[in-house]
Parts: sequence; C-alpha cells; structure tokens
Amino acid sequence: MPVMKPARDVGIVGYGSYVPRYRLPATEVARVWTDGTGGAPIKEKAVPGLDEDTLTIALEAARNALARARIDPQDIGAVWVGSESHPYAVKPTGTIIAEAIGASPHTEAADWQFACKAGTETIQAGIGFVAGGMAKYVLGIGADTAQGRPGDALEYTAAAGGAAFIIGPAEESLAVFEATYSYVTDTPDFWRRQYAHYPSHGQRFTGEPAYFHHVTSAGQHLMQELGRTAKDFEYVVLHQPNAKFPQRAARMLGFEKEQWATGLLSPVVGNTYAGASLLGLTAVLDVAKPGDRILCVSFGSGAGSDAFAIKVTGAITERRSLAPTTQTYIDRRVEIDYATYARYRQKLQMK
Amino acid sequence: MSVEISRHWRLNPQRYRLVGEECPRCGGKIFPPRDVCPYCADNEPQPSFKFSGRGEVFSYTTVHNAPEGYEDQAPYTVALVKLEEGPLVTAQLTDVSSGEVEIGMPVEMVTRKIRVQGDEGLIIYGYKFRPQLQAA
Repeated sequence: MPVMKPARDVGIVGYGSYVPRYRLPATEVARVWTDGTGGAPIKEKAVPGLDEDTLTIALEAARNALARARIDPQDIGAVWVGSESHPYAVKPTGTIIAEAIGASPHTEAADWQFACKAGTETIQAGIGFVAGGMAKYVLGIGADTAQGRPGDALEYTAAAGGAAFIIGPAEESLAVFEATYSYVTDTPDFWRRQYAHYPSHGQRFTGEPAYFHHVTSAGQHLMQELGRTAKDFEYVVLHQPNAKFPQRAARMLGFEKEQWATGLLSPVVGNTYAGASLLGLTAVLDVAKPGDRILCVSFGSGAGSDAFAIKVTGAITERRSLAPTTQTYIDRRVEIDYATYARYRQKLQMK
Repeated sequence: MSVEISRHWRLNPQRYRLVGEECPRCGGKIFPPRDVCPYCADNEPQPSFKFSGRGEVFSYTTVHNAPEGYEDQAPYTVALVKLEEGPLVTAQLTDVSSGEVEIGMPVEMVTRKIRVQGDEGLIIYGYKFRPQLQAA
C-alpha cells in the first residue's frame, strides 16, 4: 500500500504546546494504593488545575502556534480538536477555540475522536485539506485531561497536556511533511463506554497486539516506502503511554537513544493521550536544526497509528522563539500530593 | 435560563479575547466596552480594540468565603490588573499561590473555566491572569 503524499507540498507553519503546572509523582500513587511497593511506569505526571480542561489546554497551545505562525487567524479554514476528554458530550470544543483565537465565523470546526491518536488525525486530514486547496491553513490540535481509575495502573500515567499545529503551504513552513501513513485494525485494547467515567483496558493485551504492532507497522511501512531507515532520521517521536513502551518500539524500528531522548516526555509529564506524540514533536521542533528529519508515530487504542516523515526548514530558527518552549512549561513545576490531586481531579464526593 | 445564555454569549469577544474599544476622540482604550468614553465622555460609536493581555497587579485580595458557584475554587486570589494599555480589570489570578502575589507583579491573560453551571449547565470560560511566562 503506498503512503499518503500530498499533491502539493504542505508543512507546519506554526506549532505550540501547553502543559499544566501541577505534578503528581508516581511514588504518591504507590504510597496510597500499593504501600509504596512495585515499580512506577514514569517519574511524575502533569495534572490540570481546578480551572483547566481540554479546551483551556488546547486554546493556549493554539495561541502559541499562532504566535509562531504569524498569520491572520481569519485565514484559518478549519479548527479541529482531537481528544477523548472534550468538556461537553455534545457541544464542540472547536467552535470555542475558533471564537477565542479570532478564526470564526468563516471557518470549519469539528471535534475528533480516536483515543490517543485523535490529535494526529487532525494533522493528517489538515494536510489533505490544505493540499487540496480547500483551506489556506488548518489548525489541528491534540489535547487531553485523561483520567485513570483510582488505583489502576493507568492512574500513574493518565495526564494532561496538548499541542497545536498550523498546517499550511510548504513555502511558509518551518517543517515540511514528506509523507504520512495510517495503519488501523479493530483491536480492543482500551475503551470507554458512553457515560462511563473511567476507561477499561485489556491489561497486557494493550502491549504486543495493540501498541507495538501498530506503532512499528506504521513506522516501518512509512520508512520503507520512502526508501529510508532509522539512520536517515535525526529524531523519532512515538506515542508515549509510559516510559518503557516508546523506547522499546523505537529500538524495534532501529533507532538509538540519542534519536528518541528529546521527544520522550512521558517520564516527566505522563501520558497526555491525544497530546502525547504531538507534545513530543513540539519538544523536538524547539531544538531541531534546518535539514533535520523527524519520524513521528502516534497510537490510538481501538486501534491505529499515524506516521509522519517531517523535514525541518530554515524558517525554524527565527520562528521557534516567538512562543514559550515545551521545556518552559515542563520546568514550571509544582509538586502536589495525592490528596490535592484527588481534589483537583474531582475525585471527592461532594454531595 | 434563556436570559442567562444570551448574556454569556454576548460577552464572548471580551471574555475570550479581551476585545474592548478605542475612543475615536481621545484615543483612550476602554475595557470592558461601554457606550460612553470614561476618559472624555464622548458617546460616538467606538471601534473595537484587542488588548495585548499583558499588565501588572495593581491590588489584590484572597477570597476565602466564595460566592455561589465559585466555592470549589476557594481560596483564590482576585486582583485589579492594570493592563499595559491603561484600563483596570478585575479578574481572578491563576497558577499562583496567594503567598507569591505582589503589587506590580507582571501578569498575562489566559482563558480558563470561570465557573460551571452544575452538572448539566454551561461551562463558562473567560479571562484570568497568571504570572507572565517568558517566550523562548
């Protein structure tokens, strides 16, 4: 199966990220639920404040992307937000973003859903929308305030954060998409039913047949079709539900630690779900040099992966300093204990 | 409920984007928008003006006994923020502990949840201010 290559060259005109400032150390979850025994999948995760949700996270990331893109928001032809934690069950997040950045009313707006790959879907569709001449720019966002059931393995990692990308013509871009590819199957590794507060998952089944199969299949196929190997890329960013999975998958694809270290943020921010691979990509763009190649592969349960081959252009150097770096947000760290976390995540019964 | 919905909807531009007005006669920047210029009493229609969102804390207080709808956020800090274009705005401070707030502290506008109307109502978003972050 051939990969997807736009008929006209398309790239990233602006990018932005956001991570809330609160951090819950994994040792806190272990202290409450396992008497401090057992290993932790990450060091700590980002927790949203009382007044934050997927919309506020997506909006700050979008404003940072706009600052770097230096475009008129009225030229944005679509505002798409991918998340599994949209604030409303019915009422789009996209329209609020469009209104708040000044892109409405002459724009498309929609919310996307595909577990943790909802964000990269908006990018992939945005490439098509721009290449087809349907819009000058598309704003694609992945953001989440994920919740894990108290005491569940996911509670260590389910975190909050997001990233936004403005897709536009290659000649205005700070990085260009060389090709993209999507690989999906019906694999029930993780799901949440209507009205259920917490997700269910297939324990160990989430690994081999789900995460590893889809991430490596998508990444391998894209590289193969482009006639490249891991050595041709300076950076690799994979979906990061914990610290271990992305490192093992990157090694399976032939990458070395130097190539994944920059974009591997899950040890210090957790799994930001639809934001995860995209947030890692922003951290790479914050330091990448013109000419560098990046392989980015997302993963969404249910299941599928979107892979992107990206080449950084000369515009990166002046553009990236126009908004806070992802590291700035990571460094803005306030540690909280499990009790404060329980309050911030509304886990206390108040009535 | 219907009046409540239209009231929030009408305030979207000022709440989401800090859109105020610029007086066509004296050039004063006005926030929130109003019919008469508070500086020169001109009452001609005023063109919109988008504020930068940057300013500094002019004064502040900490709310421990929060009004209805805000109880779950208490204690929180409310400040008079002097915008760099001139007007004073009353707003909640966020991402800051009350002990860290000082008069003159540089702040910037962010959009956050202002309040939530119970389990089934609207989520009201609007401006708050936090300590200024540095661009890269």
